[in-house]
Amino acid sequence: AFFWLVSLLLASLIWFVSVHLSDREDAKLQYGLLIFGAAVSVLLQEAFRFAYFKLLKKADEGLATISEDGRSPISLRQMAYVSGLSFGIISGVFSVINILADSIGPGIVGIHGDSPYYFITSAFLTMALVLLHTFWGVIFFDACEKRRYWCLGLVVASHLLTSGLTFLNPWYEASLVPIFIITLCTGLWAFFTAGGSFRNVLKCLSCKQEDDSRVMMYSALQVPFED
Amino acid sequence: MITFMNNSDSEEEPCNERTSLMSAESPPVPSYQDGLPASEAGEPQAHRKRRTGSSRSPNNIADGDMSDSGVPVRESTLENEEEELTLKYGAKHVIMLFVPVTLCMIVVVATIKSVRFYTEKNGQLIYTPFSEDTPSVGQRLLNSVLNTIIMISVIVVMTVFLVLLYKYRCYKFIHGWLILSSLMLLFLFTYIYLGEVLKTYNVAMDYPTLFLVIWNFGAVGMICIHWKGPLQLQQAYLIMISALMALVFIKYLPEWSAWVILGAISIYDLMAVLCPKGPLRMLVETAQERNEPIFPALIYSSAMMWTVGMAKPDTAARGPSQQTWDTAEDGRENHRSPSHADSQMPETRSPIPTRPITSFEELEEEERGVKLGLGDFIFYSVLVGKAAATASGDWNTTLACFVAILIGLCLTLLLLAVFKKALPALPISITFGLVFYFSTDNLVRPFMDTLASHQLYI
Repeated sequence: AFFWLVSLLLASLIWFVSVHLSDREDAKLQYGLLIFGAAVSVLLQEAFRFAYFKLLKKADEGLATISEDGRSPISLRQMAYVSGLSFGIISGVFSVINILADSIGPGIVGIHGDSPYYFITSAFLTMALVLLHTFWGVIFFDACEKRRYWCLGLVVASHLLTSGLTFLNPWYEASLVPIFIITLCTGLWAFFTAGGSFRNVLKCLSCKQEDDSRVMMYSALQVPFED
Repeated sequence: MITFMNNSDSEEEPCNERTSLMSAESPPVPSYQDGLPASEAGEPQAHRKRRTGSSRSPNNIADGDMSDSGVPVRESTLENEEEELTLKYGAKHVIMLFVPVTLCMIVVVATIKSVRFYTEKNGQLIYTPFSEDTPSVGQRLLNSVLNTIIMISVIVVMTVFLVLLYKYRCYKFIHGWLILSSLMLLFLFTYIYLGEVLKTYNVAMDYPTLFLVIWNFGAVGMICIHWKGPLQLQQAYLIMISALMALVFIKYLPEWSAWVILGAISIYDLMAVLCPKGPLRMLVETAQERNEPIFPALIYSSAMMWTVGMAKPDTAARGPSQQTWDTAEDGRENHRSPSHADSQMPETRSPIPTRPITSFEELEEEERGVKLGLGDFIFYSVLVGKAAATASGDWNTTLACFVAILIGLCLTLLLLAVFKKALPALPISITFGLVFYFSTDNLVRPFMDTLASHQLYI
């Protein structure tokens, strides 16, 4: 979350400086600068995700060296999930909390001609974004680990695409539906990246105890059992 | 100050054997450094600003002074394991401290957002005599700097006073001071707080009920903090009084002075804890020399020290930070002195050095925990509360400050695990908090607002 905040800070700084250096009155220019700011922010977020990956890798190595059996108590996949989730949470919270706070107060939505579905679509978009960040985290870390740089590029591209789709926003069919489709696809991709498969899902649903399931259970981090 | 106590966690099955070894291997006497200068001691002086914080609890994170007697034999063989366990437990301790700090901040932010009283300007404390209602920016800045200088000098004087009292063994005076301070906090401030909350929600309450509630709350609080009580109840009370203190600060500190004071107090904390002649360091070292625990009322402890057969005194845990607070309102002098440690503690500690090593194995539980000074709680909450009260960007700024403070705390705990001595807990967190506050309020807020108005997501 801290890393995401720092990336947001830098992006805001860039946007702020660009706005102050430009002509305030020109609405089109301001909108263009906003698009530019959003794109810069997305790229910075991904850059900081990468930086966080590097930091965790170092910490992982450190933990592994001092542990008894040479393995660190937290696997990289768990770290990927947690990192993605925290990016998602802070991103979602920052996007939606002011809207939530305003939704308590007296007011009428869309009285100036905007869409009356502002709140509900914001809620859905935020949910999609949180899930997407989680999935991107898992895929990103896995791609960095296995050095599949095309995966990385795809993650960054899908983030840019999602953010770009929100620019179509009052036209909700064109923005919400594709974003949810992207969320679903990314979710499936992350599931398979993390080692899941149909077999695992079936086993999980039939409540059988499996010794060597390939699916990582992202449960609470636990200290490894020692005999 | 943050101090780190060794404890064996019986709940972790695989680690039983380790934990007993762990306790045996307690690192050498940690020095507690009070993050918060002893300003915490003493209840508010009638005219002075309240210094919250149990400066007592040094921001230092110090490993509990557990290892003192007789365990060195075991220690040498398990250095590597100790290091690993330290890191493992270090993470646990981070979580153990996150929860109370978060709770305190939540209470403060919830109150600030709902109760109007704490954001209204109704005068200032005597510790900040210069007003900020001046026409020019330069004058305002000068006034806030002067306010800060006065406040910090009050804190330094009170800290030094407390250290001197402690050095010359004037325990009764310190205890009386601490008891007066906590009395005032638990009764008077709770009464005011309850009154304001009831006013906000338009709930009627008759005086007999009010008296009953406050009497019970205060009496149980006094017992829990100064004597014995369930650990969680004690922790809850410490969190509540920290929140109350922070609210008083938020109400009575003028805008710019508050920020300058926060900055200055973290610098002071750094110096008081790390400099060889710093008052807090001397306090901790004196307590360690005498094998006495520092007063418990000023330190939040995340785990209990079960002192039966404990070989090591709980040394650094509590830095006696004395804070003197004054509330302009009632003009009473309350000195918040580090609460006197449980009277039972010194007794159990005296037979310590003579215990044989085998007694360690009989020790069922020796909780290892971290101790954080109440002053740290207070100043963290002041920062977040001020962000909630004055930032126009509302929730984003508050959240950013919250995350920044927690990350600072994390880093400080990491440093504690590395250095194993009392460290100031304020500097890193407050620096991050201040940086994030000003940058979020001025840079991020317009960006996010513009994005939200077009319903854009990044």
